[in-house]
Amino acid sequence: MSEKKKDELLNDHNHDGVDRRGFLKCMAWAGTGAFCVMKGGVLNSYGLSRISEISSADMIGELSFVQISDSHMGFSKPANPDVAGTLKAAVEKINGLSATPEFMLHTGDISHLSKPEEFDTVDQILKSAKPKDVFYVPGEHDVLNDDGKQFLERYGKGSKGGGWYSFDKNGVHFVGLVNVMNLKAGGLGTLGHDQLEWLEDDVKHLKHSTPIVVFAHIPLWSVYPEWGWGTDDSAQALAYLRKFGSVTVLNGHIHQTMQKVEGNVTFHTAASTAFPQPAPGKADSPGPMKVPAEQLKSVLGITDVNYIQGKNALAVVDSSLA
Amino acid sequence: MRRSVSIAGLAAALVLGTLGFDAGQKSYVANAQEKMSTIEVKIDNFSFGPVTLTVPAGTTVTWINRDDIPHTVVSTDDSKTFKSKVLDTDEKFSFTFSKAGNYPYFCSIHPKMTGKVIVQ
Repeated sequence: MSEKKKDELLNDHNHDGVDRRGFLKCMAWAGTGAFCVMKGGVLNSYGLSRISEISSADMIGELSFVQISDSHMGFSKPANPDVAGTLKAAVEKINGLSATPEFMLHTGDISHLSKPEEFDTVDQILKSAKPKDVFYVPGEHDVLNDDGKQFLERYGKGSKGGGWYSFDKNGVHFVGLVNVMNLKAGGLGTLGHDQLEWLEDDVKHLKHSTPIVVFAHIPLWSVYPEWGWGTDDSAQALAYLRKFGSVTVLNGHIHQTMQKVEGNVTFHTAASTAFPQPAPGKADSPGPMKVPAEQLKSVLGITDVNYIQGKNALAVVDSSLA
Repeated sequence: MRRSVSIAGLAAALVLGTLGFDAGQKSYVANAQEKMSTIEVKIDNFSFGPVTLTVPAGTTVTWINRDDIPHTVVSTDDSKTFKSKVLDTDEKFSFTFSKAGNYPYFCSIHPKMTGKVIVQ
């Protein structure tokens, strides 16, 4: 990117919160995940729910993969009583892509309460996805009660310390970071000294032209610190990545899509496969969004999904899932 | 609003040993009559209510999660004087404060959520 853009913020959040039936018909708010394609060293990310609008030429590059996030298996409140159903629908979307992505990234909150059966259910559903490899980082809901022991046993093979790791695919260097452990009172997400040291060392030997993709659960940029949507020591991590020409940071946690470009770094947050959360500061708290009963009917139809406000990049009104 | 029926609420507290609060209430000082009783802190909208609670030594404080999202109650001191398991919706955690002092605590899942119990 020749022109450096600072603080460009595109908030494509949907103020809807479609119920399950409406959701399965339109798959709009959740977006189900993001299709990412690396093209000429630059990563482009597309919401899966509008993938039909993307030309097939745009979908071909050196490497493509899918990001899914925040499955919250075990959640059963009114905002979405069937999170298994919506995850299955996401997998169907992925399997319907014209070119099978190389792998999937899951950016955390796989489970809602870190229960073994919740992880089992997600594992089972994701087995039916065409991409066979899934790379995980934990969300805070995946490390409850046991400091992440179970998560590491299940998904942390080959990882360092608290679960961080890196790998290379088709010339792209991927780094999975953990920022949901040892959180301090009043603070945000934390990477910690050990992980930062590892990161510095991990990228030291790479050529400046190597495209870098970093993925972690909590955003590595300050989306809305008042709600804890940021990471205290992310600036240090980004400093180690400053020398690279193309850096993409993928996060989940906030259950809505947002993008921001800052210098050589592009930040993306993915939607949840489970339930939406409000845009920063647009509610008393970041709890799950529900649709009032009188609005529910208006979102049940296939073509008359009404969004409450704002520009809506995920506004797909027809569906291949109906 | 529970505060508008404070006399009835206090009577119920004396009978049942429980006293509820408005979620929006910032602080609360328990009186001597409530000594040895159980006082409730409500977790709602990603906040503790009351945020600051003052109680006599010997009081049992019970936190109850009224959110759709799980939370925890963890004291911020290094020795973790009290630490709940994760509390799903409507689950409770109780701790009896036997010694006077300040007890700041937070939700270890959402660390922006903080509160304090002052034991006199």
